[in-house]
Amino acid sequence: MWVLLAIAVVVVGFALRINSMLVVTAAGIVAGLIGGLSPVKILNAFGDGFAGSRSVTVFIVTLPVIGLIERYGLQHQARKLISKLKVVTTGRLLAIYLLIRQGTAALGLTSIGGPAQAVRPLIHPMAAGAAERRYGKLPEKMQEKIKGFAASADTIGLFFGEDIFVAIGSILLITGFVDTTYGLHLEAIDIALWAIPTGICALLIHGTRLLLLDRQLDRLAAEDEAATKEAAR
Amino acid sequence: MIKVEWFYWLCGIFFVLIALQVFNDRSNPKRVGSAAFWGILGVSFGYGTFVVNKQAPSWLLGIAVIGLAVLAGSGFPGKGEERTTTPAERVHFADRFGNKLFLPALVIPVVAAIFGAWLAKVKLGDGKLLLQTGSATIIGLGVASVLALILGMVLFRPKSPAVPLHEGRRLLEHIGWAAILPQMLATLGLLFNASGVGKAVGRVTDHLVPKGSLIAAVALYCIGMAIFTIIMGNAFAAFPVMTAAVGWPLLVQQFDGTPAVVFAVGMLAGFCGTLCTPMAANFNLVPAALLQMKDQYGPIKAQIPTAIPLLGCNIVIMYFFAF
Repeated sequence: MWVLLAIAVVVVGFALRINSMLVVTAAGIVAGLIGGLSPVKILNAFGDGFAGSRSVTVFIVTLPVIGLIERYGLQHQARKLISKLKVVTTGRLLAIYLLIRQGTAALGLTSIGGPAQAVRPLIHPMAAGAAERRYGKLPEKMQEKIKGFAASADTIGLFFGEDIFVAIGSILLITGFVDTTYGLHLEAIDIALWAIPTGICALLIHGTRLLLLDRQLDRLAAEDEAATKEAAR
Repeated sequence: MIKVEWFYWLCGIFFVLIALQVFNDRSNPKRVGSAAFWGILGVSFGYGTFVVNKQAPSWLLGIAVIGLAVLAGSGFPGKGEERTTTPAERVHFADRFGNKLFLPALVIPVVAAIFGAWLAKVKLGDGKLLLQTGSATIIGLGVASVLALILGMVLFRPKSPAVPLHEGRRLLEHIGWAAILPQMLATLGLLFNASGVGKAVGRVTDHLVPKGSLIAAVALYCIGMAIFTIIMGNAFAAFPVMTAAVGWPLLVQQFDGTPAVVFAVGMLAGFCGTLCTPMAANFNLVPAALLQMKDQYGPIKAQIPTAIPLLGCNIVIMYFFAF
């Protein structure tokens, strides 16, 4: 039971806003020591864990080209393009992106989107551009809101789309684990089909919230205007 | 066969080049420590190949990884001056290049999709797959980035080939150490597993469910998946634990649930937890850093109001369809 202290290290560390890298490292060492691993085994685990998970960091190879096209005005052009389409609001744009992201992920095309290759260069500038057309220069609160929702559309679309595709890690993990542990013979396609109801719920809930984002932005803009007038007086 | 390790070496070389740039960047007040951070990271990416192939000891890499954590805790890597265009120059360039600017950005998803959907299945003459099994996505992303970069260089003709490297560094310095936090968390999952954290949690949940109540058992499995995912940062780590504690013995064996529904929906309940936790750094903290948000928990705050009702949906779906 004492090994649960490692979880406490994580919770307390994040609550106190200590550097996350240090918190995670400390929690790992605490878990290993209480769990009776030798120091060499703990070091081995750090090495194996790092080497085995390098795939999550591969997104950085997109940074030079994304940075390059930003240098030549990509974000400006994205804003300009979207400001010509008057019907496109921030909320509608993000809702459409959610649909596309979820649909393509369900076909197994998970690397079409992503924060580095889609949200930063394209989706966020377009969402911010649509808001700028409507409200003018955006106060920080609104900028932050749009950024948070742009990231959320990408993540939620991915999570609740990819599980509908048969050959994705989480499904293979489910079948692999229960088949070897409990002697079942689950078909991956059955698992994938049963991801559809939740996928639809996710699209409806988050899609609605994205569409309502426009009203939230209206309110924030009005508040900001009132505050500016107050300050001027 | 195209191997995924080649692309890890590409990442490693990128990090080492960044380290050299940072070391020579007099505008960066923390240039030595920052160069050390990126340099160690780059070498670790290459060394990782030998660790995976069991040709080199893992503990050496473990020391390097802990060294990276200590550097991160001491405030490295720091940022230098940005060497990029001014907003006015960008407006000027955007007017000149117009929608051509989108082309490299669009090459990435198109090429990645070709790799994921088609090349992943192509076999070579000797019957082996062209792309290393299970790595088509990563390989596709790597190839797509290189092709997009070549296209960008041809279209926009920057003065020096070092320009994209400087621009890449600008973005990487915004992300900072958060770039490798996801890998640290994967490591933590490994250590939690090896030291029996999962089993201990299973013993705690055993005492929580009232005997004989199906809805309580379903809720326990789904909410347990979400909470354990919040703690671990990863639904994959929570799944074996909660399934061994509740999903299999209670829901499938005792209440005779349909395994496919129980396990599929249980995993998705875990995903609701992923939306709410800073421990899932690659989905929640890295985007905040990439978008230069003031509040690093901004994406999580946008996601929690979706995650909670969605968790409720999962409980309802499992209750009605699995039994």
